[in-house]
Amino acid sequence: MSENNQEPSSHSVVDDSDFSIEKKLDFSGKSYSQGELVRRRFFRHRAAMISLAVLVFVTLLAFTSIGVGPIPGWWGKSYLNSSSVINAGRPTLSLWPFAIGENPFGQDNVGKDYFALVMRGTQRSLTVAFTVGILSTLIGTAVGAAAGYFRGWTEAILMRMTDLFIVIPLLVLAAVVAKAAGGTVWGMALVLGFLVWTGLARLVRGEVLSLREREFVTAAEAIGASSGRILMKHILPNTIGTIIVSATLTIATAILLESALSFLGYGIQAPDTSLGQLISTYQTSFLSRPWLFWWPGMFILVIALTVNFLGDGLRDAFDPRQSRGED
Amino acid sequence: MLQFVLRRIAISALVLWAGSVLLYFLVVNSGDPLDELRQSQATNREQQMAALTERMNLDEPWYVRYGMWLGGASKCLILACDLGVDRGGSDVNTAIVAAMGSSLRLVTLATVIAIVLGVAMGVLSAIRQYTAFDYTVTFVAFVFFSLPVFWAAVLLKQYGAIEFNNWIADPSVSLVTTLLIAIFFGLFASAIAGGDTRRRGLTFGITAVILFAFITIFDAIDWWVQPALGPGLVLLLSAIAMSFFLMLTTGLRDKKVLITGGVTLAVGLVVYFVIQPVLEEPNWWLILALAASTIVVGGVLGYFIGGFEKRAAMTVGIGTALSFGFYTFFDKLLTNWGGYLDIAGRPISTIGSGTPNFGGNFYETIWDWSTQLLLPTIVLTIISLASYSRYTRGSMLETLQQDYMRTARSKGVSERVLNTRHALRNALIPITTIVAFDFANLIGGAVVTERVFGWTGMGALFQAGLDAVDPNPVMAFYLVTGTAAVVMNMLADIAYASLDPRIRR
Repeated sequence: MSENNQEPSSHSVVDDSDFSIEKKLDFSGKSYSQGELVRRRFFRHRAAMISLAVLVFVTLLAFTSIGVGPIPGWWGKSYLNSSSVINAGRPTLSLWPFAIGENPFGQDNVGKDYFALVMRGTQRSLTVAFTVGILSTLIGTAVGAAAGYFRGWTEAILMRMTDLFIVIPLLVLAAVVAKAAGGTVWGMALVLGFLVWTGLARLVRGEVLSLREREFVTAAEAIGASSGRILMKHILPNTIGTIIVSATLTIATAILLESALSFLGYGIQAPDTSLGQLISTYQTSFLSRPWLFWWPGMFILVIALTVNFLGDGLRDAFDPRQSRGED
Repeated sequence: MLQFVLRRIAISALVLWAGSVLLYFLVVNSGDPLDELRQSQATNREQQMAALTERMNLDEPWYVRYGMWLGGASKCLILACDLGVDRGGSDVNTAIVAAMGSSLRLVTLATVIAIVLGVAMGVLSAIRQYTAFDYTVTFVAFVFFSLPVFWAAVLLKQYGAIEFNNWIADPSVSLVTTLLIAIFFGLFASAIAGGDTRRRGLTFGITAVILFAFITIFDAIDWWVQPALGPGLVLLLSAIAMSFFLMLTTGLRDKKVLITGGVTLAVGLVVYFVIQPVLEEPNWWLILALAASTIVVGGVLGYFIGGFEKRAAMTVGIGTALSFGFYTFFDKLLTNWGGYLDIAGRPISTIGSGTPNFGGNFYETIWDWSTQLLLPTIVLTIISLASYSRYTRGSMLETLQQDYMRTARSKGVSERVLNTRHALRNALIPITTIVAFDFANLIGGAVVTERVFGWTGMGALFQAGLDAVDPNPVMAFYLVTGTAAVVMNMLADIAYASLDPRIRR
């Protein structure tokens, strides 16, 4: 791309012609592998990088502050214990002058530390979302690849499943199944994971359908490669972009879906908590204690927003046709 | 085409049936309907349990009960639905009829608005790729994507409704607010208009000054409580609509199309005065008939004046006529706002889907509906607006890069015709498939939204049924929403077929 304006003097100095060609090649820029190109494009995507930093920060904050399971965190208060309500439970966090104070996010009406509660909710929501992301990606990829490559009954089932989600809204089906599965974090994650894979599966199927007609697949068939090997070695690596992008967006969907279900009362049940449940519990206190309502909502918004921007950055990195083409 | 539609109907019916089996099975197995009674201390506990078992046929296996339900529900085909009784023994038919209207109104309205606005936003941001406008739309779309529905709904309830109601009690706009509004929309207009700095500056200036003038005048004459458009504004707004349709078709190039628009406006102005007494106390049939005749008039004008550009002239004629009719109606509606305010007091409702025993006239009833619908519709529109605008932008950008676009450009087709005729039509094809999925998504969203706004609609029916492990209300919910989704899907398919002739095999 960058046509180097080599000084004419370089020719005069060099007497070995091979060396000059090598030098030219060297000057025309480093060459990158497919993976390196994608990585470079992704790291240059400013919105995605900011989002990644914010998401990592939120995740670390949620998991280190109140600890996971038996491991204690650096935040002294627990989301289960209540103490006396100070100053009507107002948040003590202030940005200027910066001070965290006793209860940075305030206290709820029985004096529980709201920071600890929100952190617990964030942990739960993140756990559900990432489990759903991984689970649905595995199922979706497997079904989509099988449907696209073998066609036949896998494809028929996949397409009818997709049709089903046109008539039964995902939220409705998830509510019914989640109610039966009964309100634990892992139950929730499994239910959603087994429901939200159809979109990804359709995308993968579409890609595989066109890839299987390509010459390199015919060539692999001709030298006697097995179906499994063709799928794993030749076809799926070419769909990795679609899969990663879709997995990211699934995580955002899962966060929102989980919080909506918790809001309706079919999600994670008390005494455990999630961000949606917090909003549901405290929505009536919006006028008297607005912070109880603002914090969990902001956290859902921030997580979903950063994940969506990450997905967008990844899409641009894998498929730069729609972005400002730099390389 | 007919065969295509028939095949789609058959497949949809099958899917609808399969979905009903699955949903019935899941609901029946989602809990124990006798749970509450088992824990009760009442002395006649056994008796109550026996009664409930009898009423809900709990001693039959689920497929037998499903068969009973299907038997009743399939009578819907001969317009004699029997959706059974709910847990308490009351008729589900009555409940669903009461719940259906408001919910479907909400979802359909939100879908239509989201499609129109979303496609417009997507197209504009694709044409103005990498401008401030594009970046803003992209960012806003991502925020909308990531917004928890219920959270946004509660916020809107607080800041949209309660604050507005406080304001309308004593409406006045301060100078600073007026300036801010004028500057904001000026920037908005200049971002859409694009072009070089001079053109952008001019657009900004004109829009801001006009808006500033209007708000100041409105404020002075207390327009907010006694609004009206009057013939002048109706004409102006219709002229703007006319230029929009001109822009979509031939632009200013073809004089005959331009004349069609002008004549339509003139006819509209005459009709505006003639029709006033008729519009005093209308009903929906009258409004529909008027709309139909408006279309005919616009079409006929276009047909006879249009010459070689008959189609374009008819589009402009019908579009302008319909806009004029709409604004005339809207003018009448606005003049009744004051009367509605007297009845309602605090107009924007945060709870419920309709004022019981509302005694106003035709227009005041419309106001009552719209103020109830306003907030939930905004919430639902926000959900799908984001995906429509993103998909439209993507597909429009893809289309703009096609070879046939370059060919058209090189043979001298103008940018406007290129964008509207060559690109937009092809870019819309993939959007139609999203409509189907999005409609289901919206119904899910409606369940949540209705709960926040305290509607006794379909969502409440579904939730009550599910909580009580009572399949009949849930299935009634499914029957209505599923059928609506299938119809929507069908419309999308037909739109697809008419946009892409290759599909009509």
